[in-house]
Amino acid sequence: MKVTITVNGEQIQDDVEDRTLLVHFLRDGANLTATNIGCDTTSCGACTVLLDGESVKSCTVLAAQADGAEVTTVEGLAGPDGELHPMQRAFQAEHGLQCGFCTPGMVMAAVSLLKENPHPTEQQVRVGLEGNLCRCTGYHNIVRAVLAAAAEEEGA
Amino acid sequence: MIPATFTYRRAESADHAVVLVGEHGDEAKLLAGGHSLLPLMKLRLAVPEVVVDIGRVRELSFIRDLGDQVAIGALTRHHDLENSALLARELPLLAHAAGQVGDPQVRHRGTIGGSLAHGDPASDLPAVVLALEATLVARGPNGTREIAAADFYRGLFETALEPDELLTEVRVPKPAGAGWSFQKFTKRAIDWAIVGVAAQGDKVALVNMGPTPLRATAVERALADGASVEDAAQRAAEGTEPPADLNAGPAFREHLARVLVRRALEESRA
Ligand SMILES: Cc1cc2nc3c(=O)[nH]c(=O)nc-3n(C[C@H](O)[C@H](O)[C@H](O)COP(=O)(O)OP(=O)(O)OC[C@H]3O[C@@H](n4cnc5c(N)ncnc54)[C@H](O)[C@@H]3O)c2cc1C
Ligand code: FES
Ligand code: FES
Repeated sequence: MKVTITVNGEQIQDDVEDRTLLVHFLRDGANLTATNIGCDTTSCGACTVLLDGESVKSCTVLAAQADGAEVTTVEGLAGPDGELHPMQRAFQAEHGLQCGFCTPGMVMAAVSLLKENPHPTEQQVRVGLEGNLCRCTGYHNIVRAVLAAAAEEEGA
Repeated sequence: MIPATFTYRRAESADHAVVLVGEHGDEAKLLAGGHSLLPLMKLRLAVPEVVVDIGRVRELSFIRDLGDQVAIGALTRHHDLENSALLARELPLLAHAAGQVGDPQVRHRGTIGGSLAHGDPASDLPAVVLALEATLVARGPNGTREIAAADFYRGLFETALEPDELLTEVRVPKPAGAGWSFQKFTKRAIDWAIVGVAAQGDKVALVNMGPTPLRATAVERALADGASVEDAAQRAAEGTEPPADLNAGPAFREHLARVLVRRALEESRA
């Protein structure tokens, strides 16, 4: 079937099998390979993207379900001049990553979290990221990064 | 993993969905938020030939104040339940429990209708609608019918819905000011409840204590007979058939039910 999705501001049309998952549409169809696949059980959150502005696990959405929608992946966060998004800068500054596998999903989940709750407490950040697993950092620096990004956006 | 091949059909309205599932009968599956069905399809535990996507049927996404009850469309997402001011005021148990389902990404997709129709005894919202004594509204080729939540669950993943019926709405009577509590015991943040308890006043329902969600009738009877919270909670496991899985055996679940019912009653009466 023909599916049209606006990914990071660019309309992408592809003729896909009905069973195509959004994450494969993004990785194989749109060639945006930052979004990772880390599990078979909708648990890890590595595949998290924004669908019409809200975080979703793109391994558990059909491309057909996203037909006509807007999707943002981590590749779409930076400005046109390459300037990093405040969340990306905060992950860098606070060492919110080690191997980086969880990072694209973690950053998108965090962006969605601050959209819904711009001034979260530390506990709200921890609970708000419960859908994303990280096997490296122990989460502390990730939480610190999200709080730093919230503070920066408030100051900006 | 990707699902086995199937044909995708998109329903434009509730009636259209009924027609589409009617055309394909047992071969078809409704797809709402997809957060129970797609994981099963990816693991090839569900292999429908036709998937009827009702995700765009806007008419089934609403939360309405009907005076003495609240009507909730089947396509209303957990995220919308969790953030509804109307529910926070009138049905705080439902709003709170919806906020405990899975994680934010799951709640951005999963719907109340899918949660109720899936019939998983480990799900949170079925126990909540049991404790709230809600009525479910279904639409099929022969029209609309109402099913009491108490009559809806028939067995493991088995409900009173016919394969060609669509759950359209949940009607919940406004509780008369009684306290409430939702207790969910998990090992890790995003897990399903090992055991859960939903209490509204002296109505108590259990998550994951048998093949279906169920009311803790022995507890309710003891309370009606004037028993203390402590004594009533001791009866929480009576009449249950708790499953055994990697997380817990039946004896541990029975213990959890007694402890969580006591906590729920203490909180709802505080
Ligand atoms: C990682 C993860 C964690 C989760 N944690 C929890 C949890 O802690 N607690 C919990 O309760 N749930 C949990 N869930 C399940 C989640 O709540 C699902 O969203 C929900 O169970 C199903 O809703 P859905 O809209 O996604 O339904 P779908 O997956 O689309 O459908 C589920 C089933 O219901 C049928 N169906 C759907 N809508 C209708 C309708 N209107 N009429 C008739 N039949 C219909 C479908 O045909 C299918 O058989 C979790 C899911 C995931 C992936
Ligand atoms: S790949 Fe793990 S949640 Fe999507
Ligand atoms: S940085 Fe390695 S999994 Fe998170």
